Amino acid sequence: MDKEIKHFTVSIYTENNIGLLNRISAIFQRRHINIESLNTSRSEIEGVSRFTLVVDITEDQMKKIIGQLERQVEVIKAYYHTDEETIYQISAIFKIKSDLLFEERQIQNIIKESNARIVTVNKEFFVLEKSGRKQEIDLLHRELSAFGIMQFVRSGRIAVTKNEMKISQMLEAFQH
Amino acid sequence: MKETQTLQNQIESKATTERISGSEAIVRCLLEEGVKVLYGYPGGAIMPVYDELYKYQDKIHHVLTRHEQGATHAAQGYARISGEVGVAIATSGPGATNLITGIADAQIDSTPMVCITGQVPSNLLGSDAFQETDIVGISTPITKWNHQITKASEIPEVIAKAFYIAKSGRPGPVLIDITKDAQFEEFDYKYEKCKGIRSYKPIPETDRSSLEQAAGLINNAKKPLVVWGQGVILGKAEEEFKAVIEKAGIPSAWTILGASAIPTSHPLNVGMVGMHGNYAPNVLTNECDVLIAIGMRFDDRVTGNLATYAKQAKVIHFEIDPAEVDKNVKTDVAVLGDAKQSLKDLLPLLNANSHHEWHHKFKDLYEIEFEKVIKNDLHPTKEGLTMGEVLKEINKQTKGEAAIVSDVGQHQMIACRYAEFNTTKSNITSGGLGTMGFGLPAAIGAKMAAPEREVISICGDGGYQMTIQELGTICQQRAAVKVVVLNNDFLGMVRQWQQLFFDKRYASTEMTNPDFVAIAKGYYLNAKRVTKREELPSAVEEMIASKEPYFLEVCVEKEDNVFPMIPSGASVSDIRLE
Ligand SMILES: Cc1ncc(C[n+]2csc(CCOP(=O)(O)OP(=O)(O)O)c2C)c(N)n1
Ligand SMILES: [Mg+2]
Repeated sequence: MDKEIKHFTVSIYTENNIGLLNRISAIFQRRHINIESLNTSRSEIEGVSRFTLVVDITEDQMKKIIGQLERQVEVIKAYYHTDEETIYQISAIFKIKSDLLFEERQIQNIIKESNARIVTVNKEFFVLEKSGRKQEIDLLHRELSAFGIMQFVRSGRIAVTKNEMKISQMLEAFQH
Repeated sequence: MKETQTLQNQIESKATTERISGSEAIVRCLLEEGVKVLYGYPGGAIMPVYDELYKYQDKIHHVLTRHEQGATHAAQGYARISGEVGVAIATSGPGATNLITGIADAQIDSTPMVCITGQVPSNLLGSDAFQETDIVGISTPITKWNHQITKASEIPEVIAKAFYIAKSGRPGPVLIDITKDAQFEEFDYKYEKCKGIRSYKPIPETDRSSLEQAAGLINNAKKPLVVWGQGVILGKAEEEFKAVIEKAGIPSAWTILGASAIPTSHPLNVGMVGMHGNYAPNVLTNECDVLIAIGMRFDDRVTGNLATYAKQAKVIHFEIDPAEVDKNVKTDVAVLGDAKQSLKDLLPLLNANSHHEWHHKFKDLYEIEFEKVIKNDLHPTKEGLTMGEVLKEINKQTKGEAAIVSDVGQHQMIACRYAEFNTTKSNITSGGLGTMGFGLPAAIGAKMAAPEREVISICGDGGYQMTIQELGTICQQRAAVKVVVLNNDFLGMVRQWQQLFFDKRYASTEMTNPDFVAIAKGYYLNAKRVTKREELPSAVEEMIASKEPYFLEVCVEKEDNVFPMIPSGASVSDIRLE
C-alpha cells in the first residue's frame, strides 16, 4: 500500500537559521515534489522553529524524505502525519468593497453562515477573515466571487498532532 | 625567538581572551584544530587571511594550487589518506565557484573537508558587488553544513562547529563564507572546541536486538556474502571487520571506495562489486542467502537494476546514516551505528564457520573471469600495451605498498580492479561523482599528508588535462608524487560505451594530445614515455626509485575495453565478460 499517493502534513523542528529554508526546500525540489503548503513559525519550545508542510506523495517517499530532512545538521526532528492524525487549520483574508456590505443583503448572510469574522471596516473596503478547512474557504471564496473580491490570500496549513511528539524529551536529553 | 615564544603561549592559553583581528583568529582556529597544511588561492576578499598565513607560515603551510578545484581535490586527497579534515581556501566570486566540483565530490564520497571563502564586506552583500556571489546559496545542496560569518566574534564558534561537523558521524564538506569586514574587525578571541550540537546526532544509537537478529541470520546462513564500503575505513573499523568475516568465514567483496580496508591478498577478499567489478561477487550477489552490507550505500553503479538485485537474500545493513537505510534496497535488519562499535559487538554473537563449498563457487567463477578477461589484461599476447599490465608492473615493484590515486575512466576501473593493496586508505578515487581531474591534485594532497608513502597517481589522457596545471603545484612543492598517464588517445570509457551501445559512432572522444613528456619537463619534472612492453619494467623501476616527483606516460592500446561490465539497467548477474 506504500505506493498510494497520500496527503501528508510534515512537521519539522529546527534551529533558527537563515539558510535552512533553502536546504529544506531543496530536498523536495530535487525529487520533483511540489510543496502544497508551507508555514514557518516558532514552536512550543523556546528558540526552536517549526516548519509545517503539506505534500502529496507515497508513504515510501515520505519516509525517505524524513530521513533526508533529519540528516540536516540544524533539523532537530521531523515527523509526518495523515489528516486523521492531526488537527489542522488554514486561514484566509478577503478584502471587499464596503458598499457591497450595505447594498447586498446576501453578503451579510454569507458572512454569518460561514462563521467568517469582519476584521475591519472603513469607507472603501472591509476585511473578512476565515479560518477552517480548505473546502470551507473555497466555498466562501466562490460565494463572494459573485460580488467581486478586491484581494484574497490564503495561508499555509498549520497543524498540531493528536499524539505527542517527543521533541521536548529529546532536547532535554541533550542538556545532560 | 621571543616572538614565537609569546605566540606559543598565546596559543596554549585557551581560556583567556585577547584582542585580535578576525583574519588572525581564522588562522589561530585552524591551528587549534590541528591543521598543518591547507590548499588555496588568494584574491581580494580573502587577502587579510593570506596576510596572516604569511605571518604564521612557520606553523601552517599554505599550498598554492593552480586552480581552486585543485585545492579542493588536494584537500580531499589529504583527508582520504590521513583520515583528517582537509582544508581549502579561496576568494569570493570565481574563487568560491571554482570550489564547487570538489565540494560536490566530497559530499557524495563522505570526505571530511572544510572550505573557507572570503566574501565582499557585509554592507555590500546583495548589491551585486565586484566578485560577490551567493556561495552559501550555491553550495547548500552539496554541503553537510554551511554558514556565512559577518562578525569577527562568530569566527571561533563557527569554525569549531565546522570541523566538528565535517569529521563526525558520516563525514562531509562544510563551507564557511567570511565577509571581508569580519576579517578586519578586532574582537576578544577565545577558542573552544565544539563538543556537540543539540540538533545533530552524529552516531545513531545501536539497537541491541538488531545486532542479535543480524547474528541470527548470519549464523544460519549457508551462503552469506559481505559487501563492504568506505564506512569500514571512515569508521576505522578495519580490524573489527576482519575479525568478523574471519570468524564467520564469509566471502567479502568491496565497493571502489571500500577497497584496501583489508589486503587484496586476504583469502576472504573476493574482489570488487559493481559495473566493472569482479564476476564472482556480482553473479553471486544474486545467489547468496544473506547479504551483509557494511558502510556502503547501494549506489546504482553497485546494484545495477534494483528490481533484480539480491531479491533472494535477506539483507542486513550496517550503517551510520539512517537516511541510507531502505533508500535503495529494502533491508531485513538494519544495524544503525558506528561500524567499529557494531562489529565489535557483533563478533561474540557469531558462530565460527567456514562455508567451504560456497567459497568454491567464487573460485570457479574467478577461473572463468581469469580465462576471459584477466589473462588478456595482465598477460597480453597482442602487441599493444594494456592498462592492466602497467598496474601489474606497479604492483610488482611496490609490493602492494603504494597508495593509488586514480582519475576517472577506463584506467580508474583497471586501477581499482588490479591494484594490490596491503594497507588501508590506499585507494583514493572519485567514486560517487566520477570527477575527471581528481587524480592529479588529490595525489598531491595524499603525498603531503603521508610523505613516507609511495603515492602514485593513475590518470587518463583526458582527465589529466582537466587539472594538468597542478604540475605547477608539484613543481613548487617538490611533492614527490609519481604521475602515470595511461594514454589511449581517447576518452576511453565514453568511447567504450559508444562502441557497445552507439554503433561505434565516436562522437568527440578521440583526442589529439600534446607531448605530455615535454609538458612535464616544462614543469621541471623527470619524465619518460613508454611505448613498448620491454621498456615498461625499467621505466617503472626508475619512477619508483626516484625521490623526486616523476612523470610516466604509457601509450596503451587505443581501443581496449574494460570487462566485465554490467550494462546500465541490467542485473548484476547479467554481467558481461566480453
Ligand atoms: C568532469 C567530467 N566530465 C565528463 C565525464 C564523463 N567521462 C567519464 S569517463 C570519461 C573519459 C575519460 O577519458 P580519459 O581520462 O582519457 O580516461 P580513459 O577512459 O581513456 O582511461 C568521460 C569523458 C566525467 N566523468 N567527468
Ligand atoms: Mg584516455
